[in-house]
Amino acid sequence: MPSLGADMEAGTLVEWLVQPGSSVGRGDIIAVVDTQKGAIEIEVFQDGTVDSLLVDPGTTVPVGTPLAMISGGADAPVQPVPSEPAEPASVPPVTVPPVPPKRAIVAPSPGDRVRASPAARKLAAAIGLDLSTLSGSGAGGAILYADVEGAGGKERQPAAGDGLTAMRSAIAAAMARSKREIPHYYLQYEIDVTGLQDWLAAANADRPPAERVLIGAACLKAVALSLRKFPDLNGFFEDGGFRPSDAIHVGAAISIRGGGLVAPAIHNTDQLSLDEVMAKLRDLTKRVRGGRFRGSELADPTVTVSSLGERGVDLLFGVIYPPQVAIVGLGSVTERACVIDGTVRPRAVITATLAADHRVSDGHRGALFLRKLGEQLQHPEVL
Amino acid sequence: MTTVQNTLAESAEITYRDAVKEAIRDAMKRDPRVFLMGEDVGRYGGCYAVSKGLLDEFGADRIRDTPLSESGFTGAGIGAAMAGVRPIVELMTVNFSLLALDQILNNAATIRHMSGGQFGVPVVIRMATGAGRQLAAQHSHSLEGWYAHIPGIKILAPATVEDARGMLWTALEDPDPVLIFENVMLYNRTGSLAADAGAVAIDKAAIRRPGSDVTLITYGGSLWKTLEAADRLKGEGIDAEVVDLRTLRPLDDATIMASVAKTRRAVIVDEGWRSGSLAAEITTRIVEQVFWELDAPVGRVCSEEVPIPYPAHLEQASIPQADQIVAATKQTLGTMGSGG
Repeated sequence: MPSLGADMEAGTLVEWLVQPGSSVGRGDIIAVVDTQKGAIEIEVFQDGTVDSLLVDPGTTVPVGTPLAMISGGADAPVQPVPSEPAEPASVPPVTVPPVPPKRAIVAPSPGDRVRASPAARKLAAAIGLDLSTLSGSGAGGAILYADVEGAGGKERQPAAGDGLTAMRSAIAAAMARSKREIPHYYLQYEIDVTGLQDWLAAANADRPPAERVLIGAACLKAVALSLRKFPDLNGFFEDGGFRPSDAIHVGAAISIRGGGLVAPAIHNTDQLSLDEVMAKLRDLTKRVRGGRFRGSELADPTVTVSSLGERGVDLLFGVIYPPQVAIVGLGSVTERACVIDGTVRPRAVITATLAADHRVSDGHRGALFLRKLGEQLQHPEVL
Repeated sequence: MTTVQNTLAESAEITYRDAVKEAIRDAMKRDPRVFLMGEDVGRYGGCYAVSKGLLDEFGADRIRDTPLSESGFTGAGIGAAMAGVRPIVELMTVNFSLLALDQILNNAATIRHMSGGQFGVPVVIRMATGAGRQLAAQHSHSLEGWYAHIPGIKILAPATVEDARGMLWTALEDPDPVLIFENVMLYNRTGSLAADAGAVAIDKAAIRRPGSDVTLITYGGSLWKTLEAADRLKGEGIDAEVVDLRTLRPLDDATIMASVAKTRRAVIVDEGWRSGSLAAEITTRIVEQVFWELDAPVGRVCSEEVPIPYPAHLEQASIPQADQIVAATKQTLGTMGSGG
């Protein structure tokens, strides 16, 4: 029973809107509670499945009493919250001391507790990583500092005092390793996107701004589809050998406010509709800039796409994020005078680049890939 | 004050015993107020032969044999120090020092406080500690951790010939009581000592071996077993850092915590009994100060909680050995067994 006001000591459950077995998501309304201020809808705080309802409708229980058990989500205890912020009580004299809000504690079974070292917990908290997504390499499966680090955590130099932020250190470590270990080769290719722009403009014409598909999403999808024929550009080089990935998880490089960037995965990019890719990209961008992304999203990308073109540069040559073996760079869309069928015409073009690992593929393959990408972008209707 | 490290100076092999003797000789020559007193230090030359020859060199006034009365002569040394001279009191073993504990705790450690700062006790008390010479349960214990419990005194545990040579003079210059614990297994150990070796600092722990995977914290006689364990661990791909505490009171928290924060793991090797040990104190400080840097529970290798046995195999089995240090380190790293 959540506290719905500083003066609330108890509440009456009016109605359950879920049943045992219902799956619930963060923000869903699951119950209605009657208070002195009227009926208030109770919102759930986590994803999961309702195990059992602990309080029957019509019952009045003190604040802090568990109302229901929810399993399957994060390990945090169930804590429903009101769907609207509780207003200060309008009833004038408060004669009893305010009851501090209490948490409904549902003790997790010992097996559910994440075993993680203090150092691992501190690092995970600093970068907003969910420890339950990791597996540990320590004694008894405990998650250690290195496990968090390996899942996208920063590389930290204790007491280094070198002024590098955690994010900067992580980028420094990954990029230094990349340039040290990976023999990059670089290709660039100019792609005519006039048709793509026209098609997108038509498709977006009737949509509100929040639902419009941007050219960046179309390019991500086109890269993913093109990679199906180029397994040597999609996968991981580890332990002296290349391991191609059946799945295509394109990592979308997203800059972070205040500096740094991450490239979390859009899982199975090639199998999503263009609208889905756009939705995922929007969600990721929002979450990354809010500092919330999942460990799996950081660890899973099989290839990276960087669209610095949005910042106005003509082209960029990327540095591969190890252990990946390729990174595609997309420059800005620019108007060029192009010769087509003997006449000069204004066309919208984009310069795509590929930086790839020469241990795994050769320039010939890379060139074929860029050609394929160019061709793919001429047919937006199949994206 | 730091260790004198003159690479141009000649260095020579010397035993720990002779390094202590050189320290005493040097102090006697530098300051006429310094004298040595204790059981059998004169005609017999010291029960571990540390003071052999000093009676001839400095005479009976400054190398004084005492009756078998630890409380009496330690008290005399404390009084002499208060009166302005600089006694070095030698107690034969830490077990016998318990007879003088009243003098050490109730007088030496408290006089500055009790007199409102009017008197200090600049005495140095040396004693042998530790097992390994088959001297059985009344001559073999390691009780320096007990003494490290007492405010008002400093506790030193030189493990190297450089510290055996250099700590005494710094201790004599200290205005308050300093106890020096010499592990009996170190007297015959040799090491390289610069010809111009002199006084060393007594307020810093030393990194005897740098490493990145785990910090092994130890002192005195256990230092060499710990270094041997670190060598063996290196062969198995584990890079251990070895911290020699050198001074057991006050502990150099800064060096300990910097090392543990770097390696994220610590194992403490302490020849004292485990319960209420110095290792327990260091463990607590680590948890208090660098808990959020830890990647594993702190490990300890201490003596078995028995009176030190007389038979050689049981005596060796009762105190920390390299095998146990290796095993405890692997346990901490999660490379052997389960951490539960």
